[in-house]
Amino acid sequence: MEAARFVQGGLKARAWPIDRTAAVLAALTFVALALVPRLAGPFGIDLVTKIMIYAIFALSLELLVGSTGLVCFGQAAFFGIGAYAAVLLTPPSAAPSLLWILPASVLCAAGAALLIGALALRTKGVYFIMVTLAFAQMVYYVAHDTPLGGGSDGIYSNAKPVLGTWLHLEQPASLHVFTLTSMAAVFVFLALLLRSRFGRALAGIRVNEQRMRATGFSTYPYKLAAFVISGAVAGLAGFLFAVKDGFVNPELLSWHLSAAVLIMVLLGGLGQLRGALIGAFAFALLQEFYQSETIFGTFAKHWHLGFGLTIIASVALLPHGLVGVPGQLRERLMGRAARRAGGLPDEPF
Amino acid sequence: MDVATALVQCLNALQYGLLLFLVASGLTLIFGIMGIINLAHGSFYMIGAYMAYVLAPIVGASFGGGFFATLLVGVVLSVLFGYALEWAFFSYLYEREHLQQVLMTYGLILVFEELRSLLVGDEVHGVATPGWLSDTVPLGGLMTYPVYRLFISGVCLAIAAGMYLVFTRTRLGMMIRAASCNREMVQSLGIDVKFLYRVVFAVGVALAVLAGMLAAPVSSLYPGMGNSVLILCFVVVVIGGIGSVRGALLSSLLVGAVDTFGKVLLPQAAGVLVYVFMALILLWKPQGLFKAG
Amino acid sequence: MEKIRIAIIAAAALCAPLAGAQTAAKIKVGLMLPASGTYASLGSAIENGFKLYVAEQGGKLGGREIEFAQVDDESDPAKAIDNVNKLLKRDNVDVLVGTVHSGVATAMAKVAKETGTVLIVPNAGAGAVTGSMCALNIFRSSFTNWQPGYAMGEVLAAKGYKSVVTITWKYAAGNESVGGFKEAFEKAGGKVVKELTVPFPNVEFQALLTEVAATRPDAVYAFFAGGGAVKFVKDYAAAGLKKSIPLYGPGFLTDGTLEAQGADAEGLLTTLHYGDGLGTARDNAFRQAYATAYKMQPDAYAVQGYDAAQMLAVGLNAVKGDLTKKQEFAMAIEKAKIDSPRGVFTLSRSHNPVQDIYLRQVVGKENKVIGIASKALADPGLGCSL
Repeated sequence: MEAARFVQGGLKARAWPIDRTAAVLAALTFVALALVPRLAGPFGIDLVTKIMIYAIFALSLELLVGSTGLVCFGQAAFFGIGAYAAVLLTPPSAAPSLLWILPASVLCAAGAALLIGALALRTKGVYFIMVTLAFAQMVYYVAHDTPLGGGSDGIYSNAKPVLGTWLHLEQPASLHVFTLTSMAAVFVFLALLLRSRFGRALAGIRVNEQRMRATGFSTYPYKLAAFVISGAVAGLAGFLFAVKDGFVNPELLSWHLSAAVLIMVLLGGLGQLRGALIGAFAFALLQEFYQSETIFGTFAKHWHLGFGLTIIASVALLPHGLVGVPGQLRERLMGRAARRAGGLPDEPF
Repeated sequence: MDVATALVQCLNALQYGLLLFLVASGLTLIFGIMGIINLAHGSFYMIGAYMAYVLAPIVGASFGGGFFATLLVGVVLSVLFGYALEWAFFSYLYEREHLQQVLMTYGLILVFEELRSLLVGDEVHGVATPGWLSDTVPLGGLMTYPVYRLFISGVCLAIAAGMYLVFTRTRLGMMIRAASCNREMVQSLGIDVKFLYRVVFAVGVALAVLAGMLAAPVSSLYPGMGNSVLILCFVVVVIGGIGSVRGALLSSLLVGAVDTFGKVLLPQAAGVLVYVFMALILLWKPQGLFKAG
Repeated sequence: MEKIRIAIIAAAALCAPLAGAQTAAKIKVGLMLPASGTYASLGSAIENGFKLYVAEQGGKLGGREIEFAQVDDESDPAKAIDNVNKLLKRDNVDVLVGTVHSGVATAMAKVAKETGTVLIVPNAGAGAVTGSMCALNIFRSSFTNWQPGYAMGEVLAAKGYKSVVTITWKYAAGNESVGGFKEAFEKAGGKVVKELTVPFPNVEFQALLTEVAATRPDAVYAFFAGGGAVKFVKDYAAAGLKKSIPLYGPGFLTDGTLEAQGADAEGLLTTLHYGDGLGTARDNAFRQAYATAYKMQPDAYAVQGYDAAQMLAVGLNAVKGDLTKKQEFAMAIEKAKIDSPRGVFTLSRSHNPVQDIYLRQVVGKENKVIGIASKALADPGLGCSL
């Protein structure tokens, strides 16, 4: 009984036919974000651009963790490689063309993902988590300790990419629009990918890899492909981050960032692409909230306390993440009413 | 490197490895036996170190106790603390997936760090070595070796031996090992698994706190000290095989050796050698060196 | 002191209604300092020093009232640009002051250079900030990592040492400090026989201490700070090396760490641009005011914060509070003699302090100044085109 309910719930969460309400909500969100440069001040534009970059980053991890069931604790490595590539490849005085520097940075990240994934995917479960962490730490030390990385104080670029003459990414509004477009493109790409045969294979691997192998699927190439795509998307996020800030530092490769993006994905809710987006927004906004001096006064410097408690509470109370909140509420309200009407005893949630 | 220096380096490696084992043993217990990824383990280590700093004057003033009294008080407090923490918080984590455990314990790290900042402040502190242990032993005219470090190594070995005996020779150890293999079966045999898990968790916390208290005199207390210990602990536990205390001991010694000799022989790569080592071990033995137990 | 301050504030309050409709807009100073993490106490010392000076001037510099906006930079360079932008775009600050960590300060300097906002760095010692990234609107009230190292190099050469082993964390600050030391020491005929490094922020020193013992140099130069400094000094003494191979380092080895280091630090010689027991009237007045206001003794970081405010005051006074006059603002500070508790200092062409570096010795819980290691030492400001 429970198993059937679980499977049903799982299938529903996949939402194979496109959910109309979800599509409308998505369109509305897109429009709202597109209007930000007109409505918000310079800080607001910056903030939303940053959140969208994190959203792309979270989407990359959602592909691995939520859809394939591979918990990667080293995602910051690909993010950082994309960012460092963007800065290292920028010539000292001229503005590089987006047409080559973006693919180049993404390819660097994807290449690293190929190398690391080929080795790391030989392990499973918790060991996979640790091996990905180990590789991320290795990349960190290359950036921190070798001349290639430019040292512990970081490096900066002097020019931001342009696309011909009509898109200059040093203008915050242009960068905002470009990031929004990228985020939408990545979202659509991943959504299509997950609905394809490839995506269903990944879902099968997540649910029961042994069964997949028993039916004749060799799972390794699928997992590696997912890993590389995920690394490429993370590299794109890193590229955008470097373009936005013009400054990169080895801390972009630290495990704290890997942990943060995991939190974003979990906070939003695993298993749904929009979970990654919601999680990124919630994470960033929560940080802003707790750091705000206007609300907390001088206690704002101890913002980690409130933030940590919120994380704990949200995991305890929202096991399916923020995405699952409407479902949870519905169950509580309608479930109880339906059970009372049907004369059944109250079941624990 | 001449023979004398090499021998001293071996001693350094051994001593560092044993201290790592003391911290990591609690983690492998909690991780291996209860299946909980506890990122807050580094925080327990930090709590231990700060306990040594805070308790020492209190213990000294109230009943004139010295170093061992402080240790004892600290261990007792940490067992109670671990017991309460398991009951209030960690017992909800067993059914959850690893990821949710990661998230909740990460939140716990933030909470503990901030509480530390509020209660003790952000300054750097030190703890004095107990008087009768602050001697040094000359090492053939090259340098001297602090007796306290040898003392710590001795304590670590004693604890390792004690853990081995408890796990293999006592009923409690048998129950713990059984529960880590099959929780439901043990429960249906009438053994109170909840209580068992609580005890194991409390012991794991106590081990980490004890490690912090012991290491405090040769370390320093500063904000964020738990984080560097945490990652290294996980590396040690994973190399050794999750849940294997024997594996944790061997891998601690290996990591100690890699770190020590790496700093001297390959300083350019010293920061990354431990991770390379872990990656190599896991590629050779994807489940660590030893199986659980 | 208190009475004078109250009188000034009262007078200012009385004058405020007289100023009437002409009350000039406030100048917003953005303090980007660490409020959490390892450097939190340095951040609060800098903040205290800065605010003390502003309070001593009655809350006004250059005729305009000062208000503050603060951001906790967490000493995290990955968030640095975001945090600076918070101050600039959300809080609309006119002046930036920060920070402790060099990686974060580098990001701040980049943004300041692009936007032309005045930036005063009250601690971070990265050479690039007044080197390759120098600008008309970027100033520093503290030091470069190179300065105390160079001074110590001169000291050790003068002591007649011929071979020295250096040891530090492998990161930019450590490299710059050792680089400064090596430059001075080898120029005077000495030789750095080994440059040992520890990955940052690893604090396991035993292996390298054994290396030092095996190398048997005349002396050791070590750069560590905070918790690492505490542990290193304790480990060094416990290894018996303190008696056989004398240990030297820049002031960070013993600043803010003496209570934790205890007897192991006794007698250590360090170089820094500040110390205890300077005994000048200016320093005594400052120490008294600081202790009264904050119930603790000031350190080098508090002085740096205090002097950052002084430099801002010099600039604002010259332009009568009009920050758009950037040339005059910069020139006023460049020409000024800052009357600091550390002694009078001027600024180099790249806007870094040209100051006396003192030789200090640890006596009990103090770093007592026993002499001047290097008089009016200026950082060469490599790469600066000012």
